[in-house]
Amino acid sequence: MTTEVGSETEVKKDSEQLGPDKAKDNPEEASETPENQKSRETPSEEAQDSSSVPAPTSQSSPSSQKKEKASPESKGISRFLPPWLKKQKSYTLAEPKDETKKRTTGEQQVVEESECQAPDRIAQPQKSLEEAAAENQHNAKADDKEEKHSVSSAETQPAKEDGKEREVEKVAKEKEEKQAEKEKRETKEVQTAEIKTESIPQKSPKKIKTVQCKVMLLDGTEYSCDLEKRAKGQVLFDKVCEHLNLLEKDYFGLLFYENSDQKNWLDSSKEIKRQIRSLPWIFAFNVKFYPPDPSQLTEDITRYFLCLQLRQDIASGRLPCSFVTHALLGSYTLQAELGDHDPEEHRSDYISEFQFAPNQTQEMEEKVAELHKTHRGLTPAQADSQFLENAKRLSMYGVDLHHAKDSEGVDIMLGVCANGLLIYKDRLRINRFAWPKILKISYKRSNFYIKVRPAELEQFESTIGFKLPNHRAAKRLWKVCVEHHTFFRLVSPEQPPKAKFLTLGSKFRYSGRTQAQTRQASNLIDRPAPYFERTSSKRVSRSLDGAPMGISDQGLLRDFPATGGQAAGDKIIDIEAAGQAKLKEGGREEDGSPVKTPQLELTQDGKRHATRAEGPCTGVSDADKSSHETLDIVEEKKQAEVGIEETLVVDETNKGKMQVATDAGETCKVEHLSKKDSSSLPSDSSSSSSSSESEDEEVGEYQPHHRAIEEVIREEQEEEEDMKKKEHEEKIQHVEATPEGSKLNVPVEHTQVTAEDLVQENAVTIATEEKNLSEEIKQDLGEEKEEEQLKLNGDVSHVDIDVAPQIICCSEPPVVKTEMVTISDATQRTEISTKEVPIVQTETKTITYESPQFDGSAGGNAGVLLSAQTITSESISTTTTTHITKMVKGGVSETRIEKRIVITGDADIDHDEALAQAIKEAKEQHPDMSVTRVVVHKETELAEEDEE
Amino acid sequence: CRQALRRAPGPEVDFARAEREHQLYVGVLRGKLGLQVLELPADESLPDCAFVEDAAVVCEETALVTRPGAPSRRKEVEAVKRVLESLNLNIVEMIDENATLDGGDVLFTGREFFVGLSRRTNQRGAEILADTFKDYAVSTVPVHDALHLKSFCSMAGPNLIAIGSSEAAQKALKTMQQMSDHRYDKLTVPDDAAANCIYLNIPSKGHVLLHRAPEEYPESAKVFEKLKDHMLIPIANTELDKVDGSLTCCSVLINKTSEL
Repeated sequence: MTTEVGSETEVKKDSEQLGPDKAKDNPEEASETPENQKSRETPSEEAQDSSSVPAPTSQSSPSSQKKEKASPESKGISRFLPPWLKKQKSYTLAEPKDETKKRTTGEQQVVEESECQAPDRIAQPQKSLEEAAAENQHNAKADDKEEKHSVSSAETQPAKEDGKEREVEKVAKEKEEKQAEKEKRETKEVQTAEIKTESIPQKSPKKIKTVQCKVMLLDGTEYSCDLEKRAKGQVLFDKVCEHLNLLEKDYFGLLFYENSDQKNWLDSSKEIKRQIRSLPWIFAFNVKFYPPDPSQLTEDITRYFLCLQLRQDIASGRLPCSFVTHALLGSYTLQAELGDHDPEEHRSDYISEFQFAPNQTQEMEEKVAELHKTHRGLTPAQADSQFLENAKRLSMYGVDLHHAKDSEGVDIMLGVCANGLLIYKDRLRINRFAWPKILKISYKRSNFYIKVRPAELEQFESTIGFKLPNHRAAKRLWKVCVEHHTFFRLVSPEQPPKAKFLTLGSKFRYSGRTQAQTRQASNLIDRPAPYFERTSSKRVSRSLDGAPMGISDQGLLRDFPATGGQAAGDKIIDIEAAGQAKLKEGGREEDGSPVKTPQLELTQDGKRHATRAEGPCTGVSDADKSSHETLDIVEEKKQAEVGIEETLVVDETNKGKMQVATDAGETCKVEHLSKKDSSSLPSDSSSSSSSSESEDEEVGEYQPHHRAIEEVIREEQEEEEDMKKKEHEEKIQHVEATPEGSKLNVPVEHTQVTAEDLVQENAVTIATEEKNLSEEIKQDLGEEKEEEQLKLNGDVSHVDIDVAPQIICCSEPPVVKTEMVTISDATQRTEISTKEVPIVQTETKTITYESPQFDGSAGGNAGVLLSAQTITSESISTTTTTHITKMVKGGVSETRIEKRIVITGDADIDHDEALAQAIKEAKEQHPDMSVTRVVVHKETELAEEDEE
Repeated sequence: CRQALRRAPGPEVDFARAEREHQLYVGVLRGKLGLQVLELPADESLPDCAFVEDAAVVCEETALVTRPGAPSRRKEVEAVKRVLESLNLNIVEMIDENATLDGGDVLFTGREFFVGLSRRTNQRGAEILADTFKDYAVSTVPVHDALHLKSFCSMAGPNLIAIGSSEAAQKALKTMQQMSDHRYDKLTVPDDAAANCIYLNIPSKGHVLLHRAPEEYPESAKVFEKLKDHMLIPIANTELDKVDGSLTCCSVLINKTSEL
């Protein structure tokens, strides 16, 4: 609320400045004044409450009243309000002295107003007397004195202001004042809130309104600065990092607490005021992404801050470790901060001033001292490195825990870390989902879902749901997951989804640099190691108890919400505590925050709904509309699109397996695969190889990534580009994964076929060649339903393809192994093929039609590859469409579209008919198409299959 | 140092032969490998007392004295505990009456723990183990169709899991692979029982692997023989095998130099 309110206030001011239609205003104002007065009077008390804490009362009664009044009059009020504000400003100038008195007296409003106005005055020193006078009249309300002041003061504002400020400073509570100002603004805003929403900030206000920010640093000190109120998170973060002399800053972030126990990361790409709702802007500078290998950090100073964070984590109990580890880490801390053990200086009790563990014992301190002696000669930087080397092995290192319940209502913890998502019950890890295993992350209301790649023997991906305490917690978890995945798994952050009509849910994406990028960047760091002072951990330990460290303590809150929450609240109060106003604020915050947040949320949700609402119209899938935010929004979009374009495929495949969309994106995926395949198995069919190669280059964007970092590639493709790829891969994987068990028998057959194909070159390919100047023709792609079942010529390539993804997977630990197995299978297959298929005796009939075009394009000319796309869909018949665009000789681009249709099935299926149908469909789509190959493949033992 | 208890219950066990086998077992550890072996006296009232592994989990400086799942074995821990105390280990006792844990269900890979949830080990026991060894991830693995998790698997190298071929074994392996951030190599042997072997990293000897003898499990032995970097020592365990005793069951490995 507060943030929005703040924005609104600005808006008001803007409107005031910009367009006070004086002539019109006067009459309106006159008429409206009574209302204003009313609103003002009632709000005076309410306003405070409502402003700081969108209190239920204020909203319900006063706000509603206001609304009633304001809504019809909104325009008038908006005009009208500004002068009123000005008025206040004017008198406020004169009031400084009064204010101080008033404060003591307890008249907060006046004080607040004056405070609020203070910035305004500064910003707008020049105000016409006329306005002031008019305002005065309007304001005439209750405060006679104020009016007088204002009138008199108007001219003398600057001087008075200075005086005021000085006084204020003397009072030594600028911060408080500012806070108070904010509050006041808010109060006013509350009154006019509706208007505000309507009014759009037209121009950047001439006056720069600043807000003071406090940032709790890892060493326990506090950094404060003034920020323009509209500043984005990045501004503050950069300031802090500059203050810290920190270059490798991507591992860090700013935390703020909401409702005292919920920690949120400040999104650096968004305005602060839109993220933090309570007024004192207090943040904690924390490690956001714990580098799995701290030794790869470039600078010692970065490691130092990581150490500080970990010391906090350990001392707070958030990072559990054993007695021995506590002692060892503590000893490195001593070495880093005190240097070599000095028996003279370091008496027995020198250690107890440090905090190494949540519950530190004498025995532990003795152990620490004993170990400290063994580190003699280590420099502080070396000691830090040793500290990190040991800390990083802790099982909970870098794990961000979230409370949740599983589908059965059992309390569990979800841990987000660099490698994926961990599920804990009590202290036990009961499940784990590595990022590559996760296809989709979403949340809906208070539920958090992950869609998981099918296990080795399963065909379908499964969705696992968790219940979080509330919607915000679910969203927080979702965001953390998105950020961690992006940071640790991707080469570069993915672009937030474009605001298409189909877009659903949150567009949030991690906007910072990924680990890969930050490593790259830090390689370029060229400065002498900066000098920095290692502050003693003593301070940290103390601070844990004290108010200033509140935020760091709050880290605990996460794990222990109940106690944490209170503590956090207290701290906030403490920090602000200096002034009465502050106390009030604190109270308001605590009380009101819960109320406020819901309101705010509502509004936001409303907006979201609106945006979403658009999507659904276009045919987005149902459930997602509401508050469902998905990592891979694309997927859903896809489905919608696919539904139109590739209905057939979808129908067949739909429930069990993902639909293969025919979009370019998807094709890219397949291409990837094929490329990889080709690379791995270059010598296969000419067509496949050529296509694959071409694809590599063409896909361009994707490929480099892929090749460069295979693991990453996969995910990037999958997630960034859309679910499409994922789907493809999934399918493929399915097939691969389920070689034995799949109902379709596709895998088994497939492999066999492939082998045979390789040997005998029996492949069924229906290739359509079309020449197109444009590289990607989505329509074409869409239209072309290539049903390729992994068996055909494609098979060879496909096989490769399949293998390739697996290999890629292998890089990934969990999935890898499974896939490893697959790979071995694949190799076996190929071997078998070369020799013969021992296990299953297969009869293969091959009818091959080959068109000259096909040969020429495929094998012959190595044109410059412009683009290549492959689309695969699964059903009874599998169609693979490959678009290859080449530059043939002089600047003419040629696009060849190959379709491979594979019909797989038992004897029940009339293969001839299926084949005829498939060819018919293909011809309908592409009249120019020619059938190049038909392969009929029958297997006797396990199943009979016909392949086209 | 190592301690091995001997004593075997059960019918059909050729006691004399079991004794010989166990002698050989101890002899290898002590004589051939130069380890210090502490042998606990046999207790006739505790027929399973040869399987000391189930009574304690030792990792680094800490020893968790378990609460075995079989009530008849609860008393076994007392003798084990005494020995552990004599080694100046930090002793943690499992006193929760709702907790059961057999050391045979605990697989420590060097990086993390896997605890089999079996008829002998329950969730609570695993939790206590997790609380005891806070540095390490502790993942639970359902164990079906086998007595213990380590009835079909064990560590065969620093990063190598020996695993049996049975469905239960493969399923458990998959679970472990999924639960771990780390990627282990696996050594699949045809026989579940043979997958239980003893790996030692002895400074002067390098990688040492005690595995079941070729006479018992010829196919599995061939697999072990492919390990080129290991000093392989086949050990017969025919008799204790009859009472679900495997190689690891008969000892608790402790990495500590002892004055004893």
